[in-house]
Amino acid sequence: MAKAYRALPVLEVKNIVKTYGGVKALDEVSMALTAGNVHCLAGENGCGKSTLIKIISGVEQPDSGSIYIDGKLQEKLSPFSSIMAGIQVIYQDFSLFPNLSVAENITITSQVAIRAKLFSASKAKIAAATIIKELGLTLDLSAKVEALSVADKQLTAICRALINDARVIVMDEPTTALTHTEVDYLFDVVRKLRERGVALVFVSHKLEESLQVSQDVTILRNGKHIISGIASEFDRKSLTQYITGRDVSEAREITSPVMTAKPLMEVSHLCSSGAFNDVSFTLHSGEILGITGLLGSGRTEIAEALFGVRPAESGTIEIDGQAIRVRTIRDAIKAGIGYLPEDRLTQGLFLDKSVGDNIIAGSLDKHRSAFGLLDGEGISKTTQSMFDRLKIKAKSVSAPVRSLSGGNAQRVVLGKLLANQPKVLILNGPTVGVDIGSKEQILEILRNEANLGRGVIVISDDSLELVSVCNRVLVVRQGEIVDTLTGSQITATNIQEMTTA
Amino acid sequence: MLAGLRGSNNEGVLALVLVVIVVAISILNPVFFSLTTMFSIMRGSIVPLIFALGVLIVIISGGIDVSFAAIAIFSAYTAVKIAQDGNFDPGLIVITLMAACFGALLGLVNGAVIANFRLPTLIVTLGTQGLFRGVLIAYVGSKYIANPPMSLDEVAKTNIISIVNEQERGAFLHVLVVPVIILTILVAWMLKRTMFGRAIFAIGGDDEAARRAGFPVVRIQMMVYILVGVLAAVAGVFHVTLGRNANPQDLVGNELDVIAAVVLGGASVFGGRGSVLGTVLGVLLIQVINNSLLLAGVPTAWQRAAVGVLLIVGVGIQALSAKRKTKRSFVTAQLGA
Ligand SMILES: Nc1ncnc2c1ncn2[C@@H]1O[C@H](COP(=O)(O)OP(=O)(O)OP(=O)(O)O)[C@@H](O)[C@H]1O
Ligand SMILES: [Mg+2]
Repeated sequence: MAKAYRALPVLEVKNIVKTYGGVKALDEVSMALTAGNVHCLAGENGCGKSTLIKIISGVEQPDSGSIYIDGKLQEKLSPFSSIMAGIQVIYQDFSLFPNLSVAENITITSQVAIRAKLFSASKAKIAAATIIKELGLTLDLSAKVEALSVADKQLTAICRALINDARVIVMDEPTTALTHTEVDYLFDVVRKLRERGVALVFVSHKLEESLQVSQDVTILRNGKHIISGIASEFDRKSLTQYITGRDVSEAREITSPVMTAKPLMEVSHLCSSGAFNDVSFTLHSGEILGITGLLGSGRTEIAEALFGVRPAESGTIEIDGQAIRVRTIRDAIKAGIGYLPEDRLTQGLFLDKSVGDNIIAGSLDKHRSAFGLLDGEGISKTTQSMFDRLKIKAKSVSAPVRSLSGGNAQRVVLGKLLANQPKVLILNGPTVGVDIGSKEQILEILRNEANLGRGVIVISDDSLELVSVCNRVLVVRQGEIVDTLTGSQITATNIQEMTTA
Repeated sequence: MLAGLRGSNNEGVLALVLVVIVVAISILNPVFFSLTTMFSIMRGSIVPLIFALGVLIVIISGGIDVSFAAIAIFSAYTAVKIAQDGNFDPGLIVITLMAACFGALLGLVNGAVIANFRLPTLIVTLGTQGLFRGVLIAYVGSKYIANPPMSLDEVAKTNIISIVNEQERGAFLHVLVVPVIILTILVAWMLKRTMFGRAIFAIGGDDEAARRAGFPVVRIQMMVYILVGVLAAVAGVFHVTLGRNANPQDLVGNELDVIAAVVLGGASVFGGRGSVLGTVLGVLLIQVINNSLLLAGVPTAWQRAAVGVLLIVGVGIQALSAKRKTKRSFVTAQLGA
């Protein structure tokens, strides 16, 4: 064998097939993990990454195929036997216990694994504190997980996987909610784990990140195994090609809006103590305005103030020259503002309802016939067109959202927002967790929405994305707009420098 | 302002409400404020509290069991009947153990159906409630047993504290309060300090996450229902002992009081939340209210109504605070609405 020089894989899956009610989520997929290496598992939304991970962790049983741990065939892997074999997973949905404390969440699986009979809250706290310190984090150990921000939930899930002396650690999109510093910490930890001989799987739609951290690569497309190889033989372009099966343009492509005298939205001297200060800007119809800054810079708070989630204390907002009062979300919606929140994977969706019902849930008022009855035909037209435009990968509009992959569920939230046809669209991290091919599609949708005369605000720290669509970019630092980039000033390097300066 | 006092499940608020009600009733009716009343409320709480501990466990695990009263009377009546038919008197402890075995068996039936077929717990236990009663009356016996074993009668007449006062009514604290206190402490310890207890919370919080964390979810659910069965059986025997008769028609129909007490005590009907302290306070509150309404001469029908209102208030408070907690996710669910 050509690869005989390589050490025996710690874990190997061969020819895994998994179908969900007729949909082949995995079709003859194989992957081998070696000690001390990070294996990047990449592919579009819904290509089967999370499904493969659930098979490795014993949560799902494959229809056919085999799993070997240390060369030994595993007959029927259960979550418990997988954990006992030293496999730890950071699930895409975290799989934490909302009603338990951070400390208990971090320590509970290791307690299950050693078949502990008794539980001591104080010991759990000490153990959790150790790992948190090791990672250089600050987390409130006694807080209930349900009260945490998404980023803190993600950190909790990471700590939980790391506290066990695992031999295999699988990370399913572990960085979606993290800041650069936290990602750097995580990568430091990954390096240490590699030195200890741990085998890792890393899933992320951020390709730079994946290439930076991994040694091996496996790419799936539509449940099929496309290629496996050594990471150094891939670059962003080739990776993108394998993932999507085509060339993806990430070039800057903007149409200049007609700068009418009257802006669509004018924000003046918006203040909210402790969050942001004296924020003023205009947004023209047809314009895509980027707002960037580090996490915690106030960028999210500004968006939430505009949408009435946490109203500003002072300042004015005008739409079409009319001053509006945004005290509540209802006010904002009435004024024609739509918002895509940062944390949407776990929020805003009725998981057991169909894709169609979810898309239409926000805009029923717009689909009433003359007698106030719901207009069935209009509804199915809207949902179907959203479904097609957003290229949601699901059997049909009537598939329940729960059966969708993470990235596809996210598109449903976007569809729900667009179905309401707001004048001003505010999107907070519209492509977080979305694959590279769909990212381009989503950005194209935003361009279309702008061309229809809407004003679009994109809040993001993805500089490539901002470069690709924005007419102007506002840079927020410590709650203040410190700079506005226009035209040729909008480059990735410029944005990165400005945000961290 | 009340935040510090609240405790994790609003126990502080509940304790405050209890105190306020006791003071209010005592002002209206000074007779109420006495050792006699206190001891009689404690005696009245013996059976409901054991039931409530079982219901608490099952509610924390994310389910509900409405068959506990049927299990209680089934187990207790059967145990007593075996003793009577066999003409022997094994004593309270052996009768309780016998009943506990029956309770475990019936709990196992609940658990097996629920855990293996993933059916809604309310429907399953509603069904088994009927089943257990039917089997009891059809196969075990439908006759009222007026003279249970002498040993039970002895226990029934034993008080650990007896204060006999010339002018007033005497105050008696029944001996069965002792095992109930021990049971309560045991359950509290189990829920807080054992992995089994934490597993119950974990499953109630997110059963899929619990499965992924390696918990044997099916087995733990079975054990929860078995445990409820055992607790119910003990409560049944104590009920028979205190009432000095065994009536197969008894107990069933009073489940509401117990469930209301547990929910008022802060256990979330959505699972994952609840405490023994809250449950104890909830049971006492219901007992105080029933007792004072009785003293005030309010007919039992209205007592039932009062408990019903309390249950709704309790659930309402929970729903409100859940809404407040998840304000932000609620907010996003409304996006564009
Ligand atoms: N429980 C389920 N029932 C039905 N279909 C499912 C279920 N879980 C996953 N699927 C389907 O299997 C396919 C693969 O989903 P999976 O979650 O593995 O995708 P993924 O690669 O992790 O995507 P993402 O990057 O969006 O997280 C999708 O088409 C999804 O709709
Ligand atoms: Mg996934």
